[in-house]
Amino acid sequence: MSELKTLYKEGVWVNNPALVQLLGLCPLLAVTSTITNALGLGLATLLVLVGSNISVSIVRNWVPKDIRIPVFVMIIAGFVTIVQLLMNAYTYGLYQSLGIFIPLIVTNCAIIGRAEAYASKNPVHLSAFDGLMMGLGFMIVLVVLGAMRELIGQGTLFDSADLLLGPWAQSLRIEVFNFDNQFLLAILPPGAFLGLGLLIAAKNVIDAQIKSKRVAPPEAEKGPRARVTSLT
Amino acid sequence: MIISSMAKNGAILTAFALVTTGLVASIDALTADKIAEQEQQYLTSQLQEVLDPSTYDNELSKDCAIISDERLGPYANQIIYRARKNNKPVALVVRHVTPNGYSGDINLLTAVLSNGTIAGVRVTKHEETPGLGDKVEVKKSPWITTFKSLTVQSEDDARWAVKKDGGQFDQFTGATITPRAVVSSVKKAVLFAQSEFDAIFAAPNAECLEVTNE
Repeated sequence: MSELKTLYKEGVWVNNPALVQLLGLCPLLAVTSTITNALGLGLATLLVLVGSNISVSIVRNWVPKDIRIPVFVMIIAGFVTIVQLLMNAYTYGLYQSLGIFIPLIVTNCAIIGRAEAYASKNPVHLSAFDGLMMGLGFMIVLVVLGAMRELIGQGTLFDSADLLLGPWAQSLRIEVFNFDNQFLLAILPPGAFLGLGLLIAAKNVIDAQIKSKRVAPPEAEKGPRARVTSLT
Repeated sequence: MIISSMAKNGAILTAFALVTTGLVASIDALTADKIAEQEQQYLTSQLQEVLDPSTYDNELSKDCAIISDERLGPYANQIIYRARKNNKPVALVVRHVTPNGYSGDINLLTAVLSNGTIAGVRVTKHEETPGLGDKVEVKKSPWITTFKSLTVQSEDDARWAVKKDGGQFDQFTGATITPRAVVSSVKKAVLFAQSEFDAIFAAPNAECLEVTNE
């Protein structure tokens, strides 16, 4: 039970793939201009991550160490292709608006990273849960960033959510502000970098506060840590 | 020793390749019909945007000719859909491309009626700047609907330009290149449709579903 709790904490907060490991930034920065796109890519990544973690964990005892990387890549590419085909078939509009970033999930290092670091060493149910939590952590960051950029950039939330969720979702659209001109900085890629930077900063502030609230036992004076870079 | 381990690893890799390929192939087979249906539906909805479906009675998305003409942009083989009612020509829906946008090609769909006027224009694909040039999308701005019911008199029709160049079309604040490219491309496509109207209706039917518009 505690293993599951650790995995949950690691994936969503402590070792979040987007905020701490900084993996998969290419799709993260490129598609987060609206919540819908962010949620779509987040779900696709989540599915691939869970699928690949489960498969890697199942085959982990049969794959010799020397060829594990090509096998993992094959498994991941297979899952991405399957997710791509399914999205093409069932969420066509979203498939078009995500475009190249669905096949690019293959190159998301978070996925092969989890396959190598966790799933290849742990049993199936834990690997599945790890994939789910890592995927969830990634998706939450995508959605929060998408919400920030959509809100600041075009003053709406859940714009064209019907592409992902079907026609009923058109009513989800909230128009918070009405601009004559969109705030371009938020929509263009620099806005994504700034937004991600702010999110990482916010996470660090929260972490620091949690740390300072704990009654920390006075630490023994340590010698200076060896540095490999100069101080200047 | 090394040979046998190579053979073993090779065999394992082959087995994985076969399994994953088989899996992808079977999912592909399962979704192929649905994907084709989605593409057909998307095409039909695109055509509906530019031409009122009540004006024709043939299956527009399956009646087309493929034409190469420099007035339709720099690429060969553009698809032209033919709308008929009671087997009489009603309108042509022309796919055309302009390379003169601000970033990359702009793909357009223009419907021209038999009397030479425009029934509708839509941008089907573009990479213009969000917030500036993307106002050519009907989702962002009604600008593209101002083409409806207009016609082109001749090659040197002065009204077919943005207002900055003395024409009748609004440019956008901060973006003149995009509307200028769209206006001139639509003008050429309309002239093309007017001059080739009968010839295109006489041409044999082709495979219409657009696959390569990337």
